[in-house]
Order: sequence, then C-alpha cells, then structure tokens
Amino acid sequence: MTLLLDVKNLSVDYGSEAEPLPAVSEVSLELRRGEILGIAGESGSGKTTLINALLRLLRPPAVVRSGSATLHPRSGEAVDLLHADARELRRTRWEHTAVVFQSAMNALNPVSRLGAQFTDTLRAHRRIPKSQARERAAHMLDLVGIPAARLDSFPHELSGGMRQRATIALALVCDPDLLVMDEPTTAVDVVMQRQILRQVIRLQRELGFSVVFITHDLSLLLEIADRIAVMYGGRIVESGPAGDLYRDPKHPYTRGLRDSFPPLRGPMRRLNGIPGNPPDLRSLPPGCPFQPRCPHATPECAASVPALTGHGTERAVACIHADDLPALINGGRA
Amino acid sequence: MTATTLPTPHTQPSAAADGPARRRRGGRARVLLRRLGFYLATAAVAITLNFVIPRLMPGDPASVILNKLAQRSQVTAATEKSIQALFGVPDQNLWQQYLHYLSQLAHLDFGISTAYFPQPVGEMISQGLPWTLGLVSLTTVLAFLLGTGLGIISGARPGSRLDSVLAPLATFLGSMPYFWVATMLLLLLSVSLPVFPSQNGYDLNLEPGFDFAFVSSVIAHGFLPALTIIVSSVGGWLLGMRNMMITTVAEDYVSLAEAKGLGRWRILLAYAARNAMLPQVAGLAISIGTVVGGSLLAEAVFAYPGIGYLFYQAVVNLDYPLMQALFLIISLSVLVANFIADSVYVLLDPRTREDA
Amino acid sequence: MTLTAAPPARLTWRTAPRRLIPANRKARVGLAIIAVYVLVAAVGPWIVQSLMGLSPTEITGAVLQPPSAAHPLGTTQDGTDVLAQLVVGTRTSLLVGVLAAVVSTTLSVAVGLIGGYYGGAVDSVLGALTNVFLVLPGLPLVIILAGYLRGRGGPFAVALVIGLTGWAWGARSKRVQTLSLRNRDFVLGARLLGESNPRIMLVEVLPNLLPVISATLMLSLVTSILAVSGLDFLGIGDINTVSWGTMLYFAQQRQAMVSGAWWWFVPPGIAITVLGAAAGLVNFGIDELTNPRLRGARRKGAQ
Repeated sequence: MTLLLDVKNLSVDYGSEAEPLPAVSEVSLELRRGEILGIAGESGSGKTTLINALLRLLRPPAVVRSGSATLHPRSGEAVDLLHADARELRRTRWEHTAVVFQSAMNALNPVSRLGAQFTDTLRAHRRIPKSQARERAAHMLDLVGIPAARLDSFPHELSGGMRQRATIALALVCDPDLLVMDEPTTAVDVVMQRQILRQVIRLQRELGFSVVFITHDLSLLLEIADRIAVMYGGRIVESGPAGDLYRDPKHPYTRGLRDSFPPLRGPMRRLNGIPGNPPDLRSLPPGCPFQPRCPHATPECAASVPALTGHGTERAVACIHADDLPALINGGRA
Repeated sequence: MTATTLPTPHTQPSAAADGPARRRRGGRARVLLRRLGFYLATAAVAITLNFVIPRLMPGDPASVILNKLAQRSQVTAATEKSIQALFGVPDQNLWQQYLHYLSQLAHLDFGISTAYFPQPVGEMISQGLPWTLGLVSLTTVLAFLLGTGLGIISGARPGSRLDSVLAPLATFLGSMPYFWVATMLLLLLSVSLPVFPSQNGYDLNLEPGFDFAFVSSVIAHGFLPALTIIVSSVGGWLLGMRNMMITTVAEDYVSLAEAKGLGRWRILLAYAARNAMLPQVAGLAISIGTVVGGSLLAEAVFAYPGIGYLFYQAVVNLDYPLMQALFLIISLSVLVANFIADSVYVLLDPRTREDA
Repeated sequence: MTLTAAPPARLTWRTAPRRLIPANRKARVGLAIIAVYVLVAAVGPWIVQSLMGLSPTEITGAVLQPPSAAHPLGTTQDGTDVLAQLVVGTRTSLLVGVLAAVVSTTLSVAVGLIGGYYGGAVDSVLGALTNVFLVLPGLPLVIILAGYLRGRGGPFAVALVIGLTGWAWGARSKRVQTLSLRNRDFVLGARLLGESNPRIMLVEVLPNLLPVISATLMLSLVTSILAVSGLDFLGIGDINTVSWGTMLYFAQQRQAMVSGAWWWFVPPGIAITVLGAAAGLVNFGIDELTNPRLRGARRKGAQ
C-alpha cells in the first residue's frame, strides 16, 4: 500500500511564547491509501486540533509550532499541507481532502438549500454547468440513501441522521483522497450511528478514499478502523492495528479508555472509568502526561516524556513500563 | 439585538420535517399574520394612549384649545364638537367619549391647529409627512447598508488595522446624541464653512416643481439632516454586524465552507454575512423607533419641513391638536416600518416557520 | 479542544457586590469615566461656588468673554460663568438621569423577574406589555408628556416620564436571565423547602441578577441623561434650571455659533459626548464579557 498522508513531529500551540499551551506535541503518523485510521482520545486530548491543523482550519491563537504534513494524492504532485499557499490550498481542499464535522446541524449553512451547498462546492472546483452539478449532487445523496427531492430542502427540514448522511455525501462530492471525520456519529442515536458507519465502510470500499476517523469511543473504532492511534495530552501514546491494540493494549491509558466504553458487539464487561481528569495543558505534569492518573506509575515516569517506540513492526507505545505491565485483570477478550 | 418575538437565529429548531415547499410558505404566512396581530394590538394601545393622555393631563386641554381658537375667530359648533371628541368632554362618560373619539379618527378629523389657525391638522401633517418619510427611510436604508457593509469587513478580520480604527470610531459616533451631531454639522458645514444651507427643506425663493433647480435645492437642504441621521446611526449597525460576524465566523458551517475550498468572498458573504445579517434585520425593527425619535431632533435643529419640525413647533407653541395627531401618526408609522422589517426577516430566515 | 462551560457561580446578597465591577478593561474605563462625572456632580458645585466664587446664574457685565483667569471657560451673553454652569449642570443632569434610571430599572426588574419566574399566563401578559413598549417610539411620547407638563414639576417630572417609558429593553434581558435561573438547584431547593415565591425571588434570584442590573442601570442612566438633554436643548423641558441641555438651548437661541463663542456651547457638548462614549465602552465591554468569541478576537488583535 502506498502512503497518502505523512505527518512528522507536528506541534500546535494555543498559547504565546511566554505562556505555552501545547495542544498537540510532536505527533507523527502515516496514513496509507485506502486505509481507515482511527484516532481516539478524550476531550482535550488534541485530536480535533490535530485535524484542524492538517486541514488548515486552526483559528487564532492556535499556531503550528513545528512539523510537516505531506499529502500524496492520486493525481497531481505532493502537497505540503502546512505551507501550501492560498491557491494551492483551495485546489487541494475538497478535491483531495474533505471533512465531516461532529454536528451536522451546525455544519450546514442554515439559510441555504441543501442543493446550493453541493453545487457551489462543485463549481468552485470544476467548470461544469449548474445542471450537471445538481445531477452529481443528486447522485451523491442517492449513495447515502437520501431522495434527490431533498436538494430543495433547508437543513432544518431534515432529520438529524439525514443531515449527517448529507454532510457525508457532501464530503465525497469531489471524490477526495482523504476523508476526515470528527466524531461524526456523536449527535445521532445508536441505530443511526451503526447505519452511518456501515455506509462509510461501504462507500470507502467502493470509492477507495482513505479515512481519518476521530472519536472518544475506542470500541467504535474497533468496528471500522484498520489502525488506531490513541492520543493523550496532545501526544500519541499508542498506535497499532485495530484488533491487536484493542485486544492487547500496551499503554495503561489505552487500557483505561477501552474499559470505559461498552463494545458495540461481544460479551458484556464491567466498565471502569479512568479516575482523575484530562491534564491541564497550561501546566502539564512532568514526564509522562498520564502519570498522575496512572495506576502503574513509578517515580521514573515523572522523569522524562516517554518516546513513542516500536513494539514489533506494526505497533508503537509511549510508556516505559509497556513490557512489564501487570497482566490484564478483566478484559482480554480471546 | 434581536427582535421581540422572532426566533433568534442560533436557536436550533427541532429536527423532523416532511413538509415540502407549500407548508413552508404556509408557515411564513402564519408567522406574518401573528406579527400583524401584534402590531394591530400595539396600534390599539397607541390610539388609546392618545385618547387617555390629554384627559389625564392637568388643566383641561379641551377648554384651553377652545379658548385659543376663540381668540382667533368664532368657534363653530362643529369645531367645538370635534375638539371635545379628541380632548375630552366635560360630564360625559369615558366610554362614550372613547367611541366618539374613534369615529372622529375614522373620519381622519384631527381638529384645527391653534398655532397655525385655521389650518386643519390633518392637512398640515399630510404636507410634512412626505419630507420625513423620504428623509428617514432613505437615511435609515443608507446607514443600515453602510454600517452592515463596514461591519462585515471589520468583523471578518477582528483586530486588523481597519477594525481597530472602525470599532472605536463606531463606538464614539454611536454614543453622540442626534441633536449634538446636528449642531456640530451645522456649525462646521453651514456656519464656519458655508457649504450647505442651514434651514428649511428647499430654497424658499423657488417655486416647488419637478425641475433641476428645485430638486437640487431639496438635495442640498436635505444633506445635513440626512448626514446627521447617518452619522448618528451608522455606528450601531457597524458594531452590531461586526460582533455578529465574529460570532458567526466561528460557526462550523463557515469552517466547512473554508474546508470546501470556496473563495474568500463567497465564504464571507454567502456563509458568514448572510447568517450574521439576521439579527441585524431583527434589530432594524426595534431601532426604527430610536431613529425616528432622533430625526425629530435633527429636523428641529435644521428647521426641516417634515413632521419632526412640525412636532417641535407644536410642542413649543402648545398646539395640542397638532401635537396629539403627530404623536399618533409617528407611532403608527413606526409600527408599519416595524412590520416591514419583520417581513424582510421572515423572508431571509427559512427557519421562521419553526417558530411556535 | 472542547471547553465545557460550567454554570456561573451562584450569587447571594453577600457575594454579589464583589461581582459588580466587570473584569473587562473597556467596561472598567467606561465606569471610571462615569465615576468622574459622579464626583464632579457631588463636590463640583461646592468647589466652583464656594472656593472659586463663581455663580452659574449671576448676571455680570462681562458679556461673552473668552476663557480667562477670572472665568476659566469664559462667559455667556448674559455674563454668567460657563464653568459654573457646566459644573452645576452636571449635578442637575446626573440627578435627573439617576431618577429616570432608577425608575426604569426598578420597573424592568419587577416586570422581568416576575414574568420570568412565574412563567405561563403572567409571563405572556408581561411579555406582551414589554413588546408594546419596546416598539412604541419613546421620544415622541416623552415629548408630548413634557409638552403638557410645561416645566411643571421641574426637571424631575420629565425624568419620571423618561423612566416610565424606557423600561422595556431592560425587562427583556432580566426576564431571560431569570428564566435561566429558575431551574437552578438552589432555586428548586428553596421551592422544595416551602419558601414563599416573593421570598425566593428576592433572596435567591435577585442577587444573581445584580450584575445585569448594575450594567443596565449605568446604560439607562446615560441614555436618560442624553434624552433629558435633548428635551432641554429643544426648550421643551424646564428651561429655568441650569443643565447641559439648557446651556445648549440658550447658546443656540442667542446665536453663540454665529458669534463664534465656542466656549459657550462646546463644553456642554463635550460633557455629553464623553459621557455617551463611556456608556458605549460599558456596552462594548459587556458584549465581550457575555460573548467569549469577541474576547478571542481581541487576543488575536494583540498578536
């Protein structure tokens, strides 16, 4: 599989030079073509900031402090996402990178009909007549099971699930290489959530785009992701193939996160929340950011930030005790 | 600023809807009818206030007026009846008086001016009304467009050099009372630098007619009153739009428009400004009363021949019939303007029909 | 990053006064300017009259004098001292404004609190009343009432009229605030304990409204002063008292502008404008406090 997105050492800061507020620190990740990468973490873990940086949607005071992000689209040359000029950025957007936000209600322009929000996008990128753009919009809606008549509806006239599916159709209208989804199913009920996930997987197989899927629900990622990266305190603390990582989490935080949510399928299990609160980015604890909440922390954990180091070919963990953690008490599903 | 009972644009109406376009229009009509009902009720309050006030005031205004009229000439029985219907009849029960008063209004009989005897009040008002309607509607639209336009630019980049000039300037201009702006403009552009005439609506030596000399004279005379209203009201629109833009630009649908790779101006206008406009238009309805009040003062300073100056003259000369009639006309005009602004809002916001 | 906003802290009669000074620089500057006016109104007349020996009404032979050591802001056509008039006028204007503001704020709190707390039919009736007063133009109503009064009752009658007509705007914001407080734990708790409704409104709800009340009180103080000045300027109010408005009225009547006596009409105009700008700052600051996104904008500007 060829590389689509290559992020190296990306750091984003919300503060000033004097008072840093690091939301994302030294994040590196790779996304292969046709792959679904899940990024998991609690609110404030930096996952949304990370994708906003990649999509160049950061708003002041957030700034990229360091790092690089390169996109290798199917057609055309590689794009330096963090430094592309306005013209190149406009060309890249939606043709190569598209996004689905958490709340579809807020993501659609409330005063504009659905059709217009498709056609203005298409016509910003392709020189096609309005009728053709409308046809394409109708086709995309059809793909997610929305009748074409809905092109004349305003967003508030659609049900919640329909709105979210419409934003997915909108994201795919220019046939992008990369689809970023930021908690796309938190605003809909569980039935709709499953339906949407199935649809995304089906579309992904048909159209061949890659997905970065962000959520706080690790079990949901198990359903759809090929690989998972877990973020905590602005850093990736563990990454690996979805099944391996879920079955055998190496980082205590991943373990806690897994045990906080019920699996979508499979046996019932006791749920344990993680004690304590996500770290205050203004005053991060010394060493490992998870150390104050970690049940296995030792004095060495506060000495330095553990590096994300490889465990076998596919996995990486940022924990100095990754190899000598006590055996799992209740989880290990065989 | 948001309108009285219009939905605030950022409340999220409940989902669900299978109503095609027809139900939407039906919904809008229903909203407008409800607003119409409210304004009719408010008009009834204004008409009743107009009835109650002279009867509550000390010193029997009806006799004062009749005495004043008697000094000018013989008061006919019809005039006496008309004045008493408007201002109070001794020893008649209030309900009867009220019915009498309403029928009087229905006949558009507002009595006779005491200061400009023997001119009927209705006639004087119909002479002054076009001047004020022209002045206030033109300046309100201009100030609204100018302020909203500058607010878009200012709010799109808060903290930019332009914004850091415009926002404080708007705060400053918006805080100056109309009469002071009028006085300063009069001093600067009419007394110190005699660029514009200081008084009247046109050169009194000209014969009113639709010719170049008269029209240009009207424009020259109207310039300073118009400038007063624009200068005093543009700041409010600018700040309102600026702040709404800053709020709207942070919305997800604006981020999405950016992520979609749309052009900067399309994002700014069709996505951000189009939504930020809604509270502005809702605010327009409420501000009309303030603008009209301010323009009364501006007209008084420039002796502009509209109903504001007439109102001023009426109060200074204690011309009660003229005063009361003008109060009523001004109130009703403001209500009509309010309804127009509300209708524009309903047209602009597709969600209005969700308003329950 | 998602930031979840905690509900604002509960205020009681003991803790509320500490929250009255807004944490916003613009609002503070505006309040400081208003405080200077209050100070001038309080001690100014005594200083100019007793210490400097100037009189706002004494007619002297020194007619239309430009500023000098004897008359720091010059004299009027009648030979009265402009500085003394300005300072005494500050007191009159502020007293009138305070009365109007207290009347309108009291009405707005009563209507907003009762409507928001009881809800239902009470709220509907009060809401309709509020909307009616909101759309009826205030100034024409004030002008005709002032016309009937013809100076009877002095400047305070006009202030009363302004207060009685100008409460609707504030009533809306207080109603909204009360609605959000109605279902807070401490209000529900008091209700479960069987406290009477008036007591809950006064003891539990009202202190939480104080920050809103103090802000609107300041704004209505200033708008009332501007309205009274406008009436005085037109000669519709009580022209026998010395106020900024009557100073401008006489300056215009006596053609001060044509004769170039700027020291006569500029000082009261500046006094009014600066006070108006202070209100603008308070307003702007409160917007920033209640809308965090505007604050973010300010930070961006600093970069």
